Amino acid sequence: MMKKKVVDHRINWPVTILLIIGCVTIFFPLYMAVIIAFKQPSEMTNDIAGALSLPSAFSFSNFTEAMRVTDFWHSLGNSLMLTIITVILTMLIHSLAGYAIGRSMARSKAYNFVYLYLVSGMFVPFAILMMPLIKQTAQMGIANRAGVVILYVVFYIPMNLLLYTGYLKNIPLALEEAARVDGSTTWHTFWRIIFPIMKPMHATVAVLTALAVWNDVMTPLVIMSGTGLNTLPLAQLNFQTQFGTNYNLAFASYLLALLPILIFYIFCQKQILNGVVNGAVK
Amino acid sequence: MKKKHAMGNREKTFLAITIPIVLLFFCFNTLPLIKGFIYSFTNFKGYGNYDFVGLRNYVDLFSDGRVGRSYLFTFKFALVSTILVNVLSLILALGLNSKIKAKSALRAVYFLPNILGGLVVGYIFSFFFTYILPAAGKAAGIEWLSSSMLSNTKTAWLAIVVVACWQSVAMNTIIYIAGLQTVPEDVYEAGAIDGASGWRKFKNLTFPLIMPFFTINMVLCMKNFLMVFDQIMALTKGGPSQSTESISYLIYQNGMGGGQFGFQSANAVLFFVVIVAISVFQMTVLNKKEEQL
Repeated sequence: MMKKKVVDHRINWPVTILLIIGCVTIFFPLYMAVIIAFKQPSEMTNDIAGALSLPSAFSFSNFTEAMRVTDFWHSLGNSLMLTIITVILTMLIHSLAGYAIGRSMARSKAYNFVYLYLVSGMFVPFAILMMPLIKQTAQMGIANRAGVVILYVVFYIPMNLLLYTGYLKNIPLALEEAARVDGSTTWHTFWRIIFPIMKPMHATVAVLTALAVWNDVMTPLVIMSGTGLNTLPLAQLNFQTQFGTNYNLAFASYLLALLPILIFYIFCQKQILNGVVNGAVK
Repeated sequence: MKKKHAMGNREKTFLAITIPIVLLFFCFNTLPLIKGFIYSFTNFKGYGNYDFVGLRNYVDLFSDGRVGRSYLFTFKFALVSTILVNVLSLILALGLNSKIKAKSALRAVYFLPNILGGLVVGYIFSFFFTYILPAAGKAAGIEWLSSSMLSNTKTAWLAIVVVACWQSVAMNTIIYIAGLQTVPEDVYEAGAIDGASGWRKFKNLTFPLIMPFFTINMVLCMKNFLMVFDQIMALTKGGPSQSTESISYLIYQNGMGGGQFGFQSANAVLFFVVIVAISVFQMTVLNKKEEQL
């Protein structure tokens, strides 16, 4: 038994080395993107060396040009706005929904039905909603950023309801009972006691929702196409023709589109990973 | 008496929260679903007048070669990708969960692809498949690699599999790691006493214990891959010669721009039924397996 414990603590070097080598598959595409983004078209030759060797000078001219062509700051602003507003709304609305439905499910068949109804929305593919939604949002005058936010809030109900009601099961009812005895209304009890306790789940919901909204192409593509506004991914799609065969410009633009989330990930990777794991285990 | 009043307040608050949310969900999820269902019985082009045509769209779906090919491609793609992703991410999770150096840094690196947007990643890989890989193929003298995989009807779908897997492995690995951490250490110690090691340890001890996580991964993976869109948009736009048209892409392409609003609505309804059927099937089969273990 003693001997086994010693073996257990030894570092597994072959696996470590294999995993480090494997990182190449992750970094290679990113390395390629960075290298090409810094080069000039004249430096691109038709062999591997031409594409993958270091640029002769690290100039930011491609990046400034890409920012101008794709109207970077406006796209970034739109992406940030959509993501932040959606995340705040989902945390507020979905946690409330999780509370009301989660607490009532045990004793009410109707709430059980509501729960199943909302969660089963997870299996509705966007493809079937897409065309009617384009018409509907246009008729309602919300074929714009507000409409996109409303749709996100609706689309993430199934997933987030599942997460919040799951988390709520671990919060003892006694807490609310005590508050009620003290004369607090249910509404106040939620905001003062339950909402703060659900903090770990808020983090998970925020991370999952933010990643999904930030990277989503389809919803803004079909809903906002009439407004002339872009999100960061949408700008890459809409400016493909402007990039033409100037891959250096295109890659500078792609990198700019990836940069905000990369920076966010570098600083918050621990929270992001924890959030995702929490969501997966629930 | 006082208690009853308080319960009333609770009930009322819950109702006041639930009703608007259900209405919102109905308005932007169920209502469009119903509308899509109704459109599927019409010859609506997306504009102008339309007539009800009964079940003709559904009958036509089954004789339309392009629709058939998109289902074949989507299933082939989803099946191969799901298997590949689950095998790779299980191996990766076992590695990342073993006693290694720089564990959290390595985990962070392997999760990176998941946070990047599918469209931009697709564009970056598109360059790789169009220029870098053929150049490498030529240099190594490999015939089938010396021209772009994306322009060959036989290989284009494989390129999409590669890109989709590159991104999806990250998420599944994290889920498997979470699963592996739920396995208590003493299970392995007991196993070691019985002489279980290597493959046998994995097959008889580890895998049965993380079976619920395998279920989640299989269902989520399959569902996401069946709905593949971004990668197609970035890499092939359905080409060459429609060989990589996924169902979502075809519905978007022909429903929006191709004047087939009604017909593609029928396609979307069929797609919805297929996704629900597959998810339910997977869950019942895998749950049965879980119970047996």
